[in-house]
Amino acid sequence: MSLGLDVLTILAVCAGAFFFLAGTVGLLRFPDALCRLHALTKADNLGLGLIVLGLLFQVEGPFAALKLISVWLLTLLAGATVTQLIARTARPGGTPE
Amino acid sequence: MAFDTGLAVLVLGVAVWTITARDTFAAVVGFVAFGLLLALVWVRLAAPDVALTEAAIGSGVTGGLLLGAHTHLRRTETAAAGELPGAALRLAAAVLCAMVSAGLAAIVLLLPEPAPTLAPQVAANIATTGLGNPVTAVLMAYRAVDTLLETVVLLLALLGIWSLAPDRVWGGFPGPHHDADPQGVLTFAAQLLVPVGILVGVHIIWDGSVAPGGEFQAATILAAMWILAAMVGLVDAPPVSRRWLRILLVAGPAVFFAIGLAGFAMAGAFLAYPPPYAKLLILTIEIPLTLSIAATLALLVAGPPERAPQR
Amino acid sequence: MADFLLAAAGFVLAMVALGLVRILRGPGDADRIMAAQLLGTGGIAALLLLVEAMSVPAAVDVALILALLAAFVSVAFVKGAARTEADGA
Repeated sequence: MSLGLDVLTILAVCAGAFFFLAGTVGLLRFPDALCRLHALTKADNLGLGLIVLGLLFQVEGPFAALKLISVWLLTLLAGATVTQLIARTARPGGTPE
Repeated sequence: MAFDTGLAVLVLGVAVWTITARDTFAAVVGFVAFGLLLALVWVRLAAPDVALTEAAIGSGVTGGLLLGAHTHLRRTETAAAGELPGAALRLAAAVLCAMVSAGLAAIVLLLPEPAPTLAPQVAANIATTGLGNPVTAVLMAYRAVDTLLETVVLLLALLGIWSLAPDRVWGGFPGPHHDADPQGVLTFAAQLLVPVGILVGVHIIWDGSVAPGGEFQAATILAAMWILAAMVGLVDAPPVSRRWLRILLVAGPAVFFAIGLAGFAMAGAFLAYPPPYAKLLILTIEIPLTLSIAATLALLVAGPPERAPQR
Repeated sequence: MADFLLAAAGFVLAMVALGLVRILRGPGDADRIMAAQLLGTGGIAALLLLVEAMSVPAAVDVALILALLAAFVSVAFVKGAARTEADGA
């Protein structure tokens, strides 16, 4: 049982790390600020979600798991709204107001 | 170990970049990034309370303060970038910084092994305070007078900032007026984040007696959430001459001081707690103190009054 | 398992470092504001892995605060940059 959970953790964390790698490659290679923002937000948040999923198999007790999930939800929430704001700053001649 | 070396190199790299950045805005971004990475370092050193404080105050609130400074300095920035200090001055600064760094490194590396510590005595006597977190026990019971003096220092800093106001706006509204766009993304972001932030702040102060946390970290989160709401225009800062605001600022330290004086009657010394009531007294101090520090930090970042009070 | 998680944390941190190098160099304010977002996701991922590798479960609160503060400084940066542009820089 514990070996199965460990295998699941390793798979999920590796997948999350892969998405972080993809996001960073996009960050380094994309030509435009808006494209870089796109790569940063989508790929990195997905990577974080997969890592949280992997860690869920390792924690003890429901409250610890709930706390991990709430960290992930908060990051998603903050990321989605803040990215909109940054994009409006990056838009040529654009301010958020 | 490889991870520690990589983290240290990253932190140092960001620090060097921040110092050498030409643009003040870039430097502020670098400073905030440095603070957030330093929180990771503290967790690696198994000091979660310090990590909480670093992320909240060292990075968040100080970043807000520096950003306010950047906004004020914007007009003079091009002129200031044109003038570089002379080579002799820069050499003197470099030598001084190197000496301070060498001194700090020497102190840390020459510590006797094992380093002298009071941790065993803290752990042995913590049962009398009724707390489970040794850091909170040190802050609120063993060295409570230091915490009381820290809050007074914060109030003095606030007085210093208020004294920067020109005479015609004395006692007025701090900071510029922000217009709220009810359909805008900024407003939506604030409406989502502020309630969550308040909840997290309450969790940190409540949990602070048994887990990492405490009133300074919780107060910083509450202050940051208030500043967020003010930045998007959802709330406006009250004029600093309002009585209720001043009572809120002073209430925390006043309660702290009163309980300290009562310690003479109850247990024989200033800020001594009788053991059966220790945890109750500490909670009674912590809650008004958190609110006062939150108001103080929020007003510190809001700055000196800029608009005249309407009276 | 602890070694694996620590290695994963190191990898994520290396990704954050590479991203920071590119972002902090990038021309314009919008690029630099992204640094707060990058640390808000990558930094939290590295932190959660580190917390589990070192078995200090109480430190997950630091991740909560990092998420909140990253969002707060991002909004502050956006307001700061907007004021810069409105002043005609």
